[in-house]
Formats: sequence, C-alpha cells, structure tokens
Amino acid sequence: MEKQSSSVVVRLLGSLVGYMRRFLFRFLSVGPIPRHMAFILDGNRRYARKWKMDDRMGYKVGFLALMRLMRCCHELGVKYITVYVFSIENFKRRPEEVQTVMELMLEKIEGLIKEEGILNQYGVRVEFAGNLKLLSEPVRIAAEKAMRVTAHNKSLVLVVAVAYTSTDEMAQAAQECCRDKADRGSQQQQLVELADVERHMYMAVAPDPEILLRTSGEKRLSNFLLWQTSNSVLYSPAALWPEVGLRHLVWAVLNFQRVQPYLHKRRNHLYLSTQQ
Amino acid sequence: MDAQLNNAELMLHSKHNPYLKRRSNKLDMDFVHLATFLRRIESKALDLGDRMQKGYKRIWSSGDLGLYLLWLIMHLIVSIWYFAVDLVNSLESYLISSGFMKQYKDLDISKVRYLAVVLDSEEALDTMKVLELLRWLTAMGLRNVCLYDPEGVLKRSKDALSLWLRSEVMPNGANGDALVKQKYLSLEVISFTDGKHAVAKAANFLLKKHHLNADAEVPELTESDMADALAEIGYAAPEPDLMLIYGPVRCHLGFPAWRLRYTEIVHMGPLKSMKYGALIKAIRRYTMVRQNYGT
Repeated sequence: MEKQSSSVVVRLLGSLVGYMRRFLFRFLSVGPIPRHMAFILDGNRRYARKWKMDDRMGYKVGFLALMRLMRCCHELGVKYITVYVFSIENFKRRPEEVQTVMELMLEKIEGLIKEEGILNQYGVRVEFAGNLKLLSEPVRIAAEKAMRVTAHNKSLVLVVAVAYTSTDEMAQAAQECCRDKADRGSQQQQLVELADVERHMYMAVAPDPEILLRTSGEKRLSNFLLWQTSNSVLYSPAALWPEVGLRHLVWAVLNFQRVQPYLHKRRNHLYLSTQQ
Repeated sequence: MDAQLNNAELMLHSKHNPYLKRRSNKLDMDFVHLATFLRRIESKALDLGDRMQKGYKRIWSSGDLGLYLLWLIMHLIVSIWYFAVDLVNSLESYLISSGFMKQYKDLDISKVRYLAVVLDSEEALDTMKVLELLRWLTAMGLRNVCLYDPEGVLKRSKDALSLWLRSEVMPNGANGDALVKQKYLSLEVISFTDGKHAVAKAANFLLKKHHLNADAEVPELTESDMADALAEIGYAAPEPDLMLIYGPVRCHLGFPAWRLRYTEIVHMGPLKSMKYGALIKAIRRYTMVRQNYGT
C-alpha cells in the first residue's frame, strides 16, 4: 500500500514538474529558439572522480544527462543537436579507456535503436559525423545500422560526432572535392569553390549551430566545429557534463535571444560577402 | 460606368438646350455629392472592419499577451543581472589596475606566445581605441599579436597602426636597433577572407598538384598535407594560445578555423568599455589553466 501511494505521489510530482517545464518553454518560445545546438560532453571522468565512481559509471551518468537534455531540446523545439562524443585525439588515451568508451557506445547505440527505444519514441534521426573508418568494425556497423533504422524519423536530428576533429573534417572535405573534380575529367579543369568544400563536410547534414555549449568551464573548442561556429554563441558553464540540466539550457537560450539580432545581421553580411 | 455614360449623354445634350444645360449642371453636382457621400461611407465601413479585426486578434491572443509580458520580464531580470555583474567587474578592474590586488602584480607573460584579438567590425572603426589596446599589450610584454575583424576594417588601418606603434617605440629605443626590435610588436592583421576562402584555395592548390600526374588517383590527404598546402599559398601562421573577443557576443566571427584548435577563448565585452584591469585578469587566468589536449 505504502509503495503504491509513494509511486502515485512520485508520478504526480513528475507530471507537475513536466507541466512547469512545458510552461517555461512556452514563454521562452515567444523569442527566437535556436534551430541547432551543439554540446561538448566534457567532464565525465572528473564527475566520476568527484563522486568516487569508476570512469565507466561516469560515462553512463553522462549518457543519462544526454538523454535528459535531448528530451528538453525536443520539447523546446530545437531541430538539430550535435554532441561531441569522441575526438580523434582521444584515441591517444590508455587502450583500456578507449575500449570502455567503445563498448559503452556500442551498448547504447543498440539500446537506442530498438523499436521501443527513445529514438523512435521521439522521432529522432541519428547521423554520425566523423572519420568512421577509424572506429572498430562492430561500432562502425552499429552506427551505420542506427543511421539506416532512424532515417525515416523527422522530429529531431541527433548528430553524433565520433572520431571527429575539425581539421580532419576540412582535410577530408578538400580530398573529396579534389576526387570529385578529378573524376569529371582533366579536360575541364574545374575550380574548387567554397560551396563545394562545405558540401563535403561531415557536418553538411545540419545547418550551422546557433549555440555551442561546452561544460566544465573550459573556454576552448578542442577542434570541434571550428568551421561551423562563425556565428555561434559560445557558452561555457562551470558544471560538469553529467550535472548539466534544464537551467543551463534555459540560460543558454536566453543569452542567445539577447544577441540574436546581431548574429542574424552578421550571418547576412557573411552570406553576401561569400556571394561576391 | 452606366452612371458615367448617362452623365456624358446629359453633358452632350446640354450643349444644345440651355434649359437642359442648367438642369444637367445641377444633376452633375448632385451626382458628385452622392458619389463623395458613398465613398465616405465605404471608407468608414472599411475602418470599422479593420478595427474590429484588430480587436478580435487582441482578444484571441490575450493569452499570448500574458506570455509576451512574462518573456519581457524574464529578459529584464537577465539584463539587471548583467548590469550588476558589469559593475562588479568594473570595480575589480579598477582595483587590479591600481595595484591593490597583489596576486595580479607578477604575470608570466611568456606563456602567451601568440595572442589573437577578435574585434567586431563596427567597433574596429575606432582606430584610436585599437591603438590604445595595442599599447596596453605592448606594455604588458606581448610581442606577437594577431588582429582579426570579419570585414577587413583593420586591414585598411594596419599601416596607420604600425606607423603609430613604431613612432611611439622610437624615442625610447635611442639605445640602438636591438632594443627597438625587442620592443616592437609584431602585428598580423587578418579578416574573414583569410579563413574559409583560404581552405578552398588550398583545395585548389592540391587539386592542381595532383592533376599534374593525370593517371594517378588522388591520394589520401592528411591534415599535414592540408597544413603544407596552406603554407605554400601563404597562409602559414601560428595558432594563437589565447583569443580575446571585443564585441557584443562571445563568438569568434569566422577566425581561420585550422588555427583555433586549442585556443582559449575569452569574451572581453565591447571595445568602447575595455579596461586594463580586465585584460590583466584574462591573461592571468589563462596562465593558470592546464590543458589535457584530448588525452
């Protein structure tokens, strides 16, 4: 009896919190809402050390934080979310650590793409951005399967940047451009335009982000979306990634709304200058 | 149309019959009065229609009006918060630049090997402020600075800035060329075209290079190939350790992407309210940071 009543109370409290959150998003939506938000998931290991857990547990809590934030973004009306999960530089870590992350990624991808999984429930399409050839075979196959299985979803696009660095992305884009132009025959020596380079980027699946949020208070981009953040608000809350929540999202959006007219003007200036 | 035709006929007949002429003049006047009256009624009816529509919209969206007010209040609270933060920062900057805060007295400037300053293009038009900033940086001991603004405003004032800086160094550099070179600030000035467009040019360079051998396939291009290509076409430049953004938003505004990998990015606020104390604080904070570089 007691368990039942406590679960009813918990459910009521949950729906009240949900109602308040949706009301908050409703009045936030009076102003412009960012179409694309990017996140650098920094601080999982520090969180694990802080709470005396092992790194694997830290990553699992981080994954829950990602799902929480994804739900909030979906309710708010954000259309694209990009998350920096694994950098090419991270391959230099200890092998057992890299193995832990890869195993966890495989486990989570397989869990997410099930019929009753959260991705199909919320209509989330997954895209993997990065040099997937550097991943181990099982992870790469799971990633390709996830992209195939969720291709029909339309509510939200989750771009997972794995084995990704911006400098590698630019080199790969230049290579693809060269291959493309070379394939068309050497008689017509075509020039590579800026639009060609942008089309071949891993991140061409999404527009440029309006907000880039890096947790743990670090003030650098660490080779993430350096090309795409020409007009993005860079926000660095001091919280570690597993601690990130609704208040950080709301503060980021409020700050974005304050400067959106300026960024919109800048974007139009840049667009006009690239056309010339 | 019919009325106009009738009117025209009447006018025609009135030419030949004086009695009819007097009567037709009166009829014309009545017609004109009637048309004016009808037009006035029509415009009043349209006005009333407009007002009713606006009224309906207001009533219909009275819920949204409440939300809009809440949103405005929220933003007002945020603005008040930032105003308070600015006040505290101004006080702190004053204390730092006056020398009251002892921990800011010794600064290890050698950790900042290359500094980038990103300016909003409209703010960069204030050349005197930019010169003052460069003077502060020189006084702190920095020797390598890169100035960036998206529209290339600073490129136009680069010569003036270099000349001013050199003229300020010369009176103190009377001890010889070596001292002059030591105190002289090496200034690099770039804009948006030195960013994304440079990558496209590098791609073209690589395309031409590999097209010399028409039968070979394009090889796997690595990041170092890209870096070499950029160097060949004149875009080799160091990666800044620290970037200071003077503008309304914490945004790098299109600074060359391949140079930003591990750069610490600090937002300093608008250029017109720049403070020496805030500059010292930002640089000192950078010197205390420890980087993992991904490992």
